[in-house]
Amino acid sequence: MSINNSLESIIDIRGLGFSRGARQIFRHVDMKIPRGKITAIMGPSGTGKTTLLKLIGGQLRPDAGYVKIDGLDVHRISRQQLFTLRERMGMLFQSGALFTDMSVYENVAFPIKVHTELPEDMIRDIVLLKLQAVGLRGARDLMPSELSGGMARRVALARAIALDPDIVMYDEPFTGQDPIAKGVLVNLIRKINQALGHTSIIVSHDIQETMSIADYIYLLSDGQVIASGTPQALLSDKTDQVQQFMQGLPDGPVPFHFSDDDMLEDLCAQEKR
Amino acid sequence: MLNQFGSLGRAMLDRLAGIGRAGGVVWQSLVAKPTPVVMFPLLLKQIYFVGVLSLVIIIVSGLFIGMVLGLQGYTILVDYGSEQAVGQMVALSLVRELAPVVTALLFAGRAGSALTAEIGLMKATEQLSSLEMIGVDPLRRIVAPRLWAGFICMPVLAIIFAMVGIWGGALVSIEWLGIFEGSFWSNMQNSVDFSEDVLNGVIKAIVFGIVVTWIAVFQGYDCVPTSEGISQATTRTVVYSSLAVLALDFILTALMFGDL
Amino acid sequence: MRMRWIEIMVGFFMVLGVLALLGLALNVSGLKLSAQQDDYTVHARFENIGGLTSRAKVTLSGVQIGEVKSIKIDTQRLVALVTMDIYSDIDYLSIDSSAKILTAGLLGEQYIGISVGFEEDSLKDGDYIDDTQSALVLEDLIGKFLFNKVNN
Repeated sequence: MSINNSLESIIDIRGLGFSRGARQIFRHVDMKIPRGKITAIMGPSGTGKTTLLKLIGGQLRPDAGYVKIDGLDVHRISRQQLFTLRERMGMLFQSGALFTDMSVYENVAFPIKVHTELPEDMIRDIVLLKLQAVGLRGARDLMPSELSGGMARRVALARAIALDPDIVMYDEPFTGQDPIAKGVLVNLIRKINQALGHTSIIVSHDIQETMSIADYIYLLSDGQVIASGTPQALLSDKTDQVQQFMQGLPDGPVPFHFSDDDMLEDLCAQEKR
Repeated sequence: MLNQFGSLGRAMLDRLAGIGRAGGVVWQSLVAKPTPVVMFPLLLKQIYFVGVLSLVIIIVSGLFIGMVLGLQGYTILVDYGSEQAVGQMVALSLVRELAPVVTALLFAGRAGSALTAEIGLMKATEQLSSLEMIGVDPLRRIVAPRLWAGFICMPVLAIIFAMVGIWGGALVSIEWLGIFEGSFWSNMQNSVDFSEDVLNGVIKAIVFGIVVTWIAVFQGYDCVPTSEGISQATTRTVVYSSLAVLALDFILTALMFGDL
Repeated sequence: MRMRWIEIMVGFFMVLGVLALLGLALNVSGLKLSAQQDDYTVHARFENIGGLTSRAKVTLSGVQIGEVKSIKIDTQRLVALVTMDIYSDIDYLSIDSSAKILTAGLLGEQYIGISVGFEEDSLKDGDYIDDTQSALVLEDLIGKFLFNKVNN
C-alpha cells in the first residue's frame, strides 16, 4: 500500500501558525505522523482540531510553517498537483457529508468514477466490497436522508476508503453517536486500518474510544502541542493540563471561564453607570 | 468620528473583497483549468431545475400581465380613438421591457434563491469540502453547471414570457374587447422590429440571466455555513439581484433606445 | 428513468423557447424570411419629410409595396433625399409617378404614398421620382391660416 516504508513519518508538520480573523488558532505546531499507524489528535473543543485536518488537506493556507506529505509541501504545489495528492487522501467528515442527491451506492462509487476509467461492473464490485466492509451492502439503494447518523458515517467511511488511499482522516468520528454505534465505528476503524495498512489520523475528544485504538496521541491546547506519546505514556504523564484533559476535570489549567477578568468588577461596572 | 470613517472604509473594503471573490468564483468555475468534469448530464439536470420548473410561474404570470396590458391599454387608447394600436402597445412594452425584467425578477425569486440555498446547504453540510477532498473542484462540479444553466434558461424563459403575454393581450383585446383581429396583428407587426426590439429584449434577458445567476451562485458559495447565514444569503440574493436587474435595465434601455 | 424524464422535459423546454422566438419573429415583428431578395431602390427628394423615419411604409393606393431604406440630406440641393426599397414584383411604376408623404390618421405614423402617372416606361433601379410633395406640417398650416385671417 505505502510507497516507501523506509520513511518513518508520512506527514511532517513544522512551525505551523494559523489565525482566523483576529483569533490565533495555532501558534507553533510541530508534528510527525508515523506511516501505517493510527495517530490521534486530541484536545478540548475549539482548539482547531478540524482546522488542522483542513490544513493538512490543503483546504486552508497556514500563515507560517509548512505541511509536508511524503516530502511534498501541500501549500506550495500547484492546484493540479494538490488535486492529485488528494486522491491519496480520504476524509471522513463530522457530519458524514454524503451527497444528498445521490444514493448510497452512487456516493461510494463517485470517487472511483471521477478518478478512474474502470468499467461499470468493476466499479460495482469495488463499491459492494467497500459497503460490505462497513456492513451496509444491503443499504446500497437508500438515499442519505433515509440513513441514521451512525449509518451515514459508515457510508462516508466506505466512500473515504473507496480509492484505497494512503491517508485517511477522521474528523470527530464518535461525536453524537450512541454507545453501540461508537463501538461499531471503533472496531471498523481499527479493522480497516489493519486490513488496508494506510495511515489514519483521528481527531477526537472522546478519550476512551480514542485511547483504545490510537498508536500515538498528540494533545493540542491553546494553539500548540502540549504533550505527545503513546496512550500509556500520556496516562502516566503528571502535567496538570494533561491530567485535566485525561481525567475530564471541569476546571484546571484549561480554564472553565471564557475570559479571566473578575466577575465582581463586571457586576459593579453596570451599577456605576 | 474617526471610528465611523474607519468602519465605513472597512465596509467598503469588505464589499470590494466580495466582488473580487465573486469574480474568482466565475473565473475558476468556467475558465481556469483543472479537473474537467463530465458536464453534460449535470447541465441537463440544472436546466431542468432552473428552467423547466420555472416554466409554470413564467407562463401564468406572462399570461396575466399580457391580459392586464391589453385591458389597460384599451381603456387609455379608446379615449383617443386609436384602440387599434393596443396590439403594438402590448407587444412593445412586453418585448422591450416587461418580459426581460419581470422574468428576471421571478427568476431571482424562484430559481436564484433556490440556487443560493442549495449551494449554501451543501457548504454547511461539508459536501463542498468533501468534494474537494475527493479531488474534485466543487466550482467545476457544483457551480459551473448551475451558472451555465442560468445563462441558458433566462433568455428562453423571457422569450416564452413575451410570447405568452402577447397571446394574453390578444385574447383580451380581440375576444373580449372586440378589436378587429387583422388590425391588432398588423399594427403590431408594423411597429415591432425584429432586430431593434426583439433582439434587444433577448440581449437584456441574457444580461439579466448572467447577473442573477452569478449573484445567486456566489451568495451560496460565499455564505456563512450556518442556518442563519444561509437565510441571510438567500435574502441577499433576491434583494441584490432585483436591484441589479432594475438598475441594469435602465442602463441597457438608455444604451439601446435612448440614442446616447 | 428519472434522467430520461429530465432529458425529455429539457428538450420540451428548449423547443418551446425556439417556437416562442419564431412566434416573436414572424407573428409579432412581422419579419419576412424572404424579405430582401431582390428589391430595387428608388430615390426621391423632399423639401420637408416631417416625421418620416426609415422602415416606414411605401404604399400604392394604400397597399404596401416597399419601405423606406434611408433618409439623408442631398448636399448639393440641401433637401432631404429618401431612398426606398420597392418589392421586385412591383415593376409597373411609371417614370412620371409622384410621391407624397402622408399621415396615417390625425396623429399616426407617416408613410410615403406613390401615385402612378401616364408614361409607358417604368421606374428602374436607382431612378429618381421628380414629382414629390412634402409632409404636411401642422405648425405651417396653422401659421398660414392665422396669416390669412389677419390679412382679411
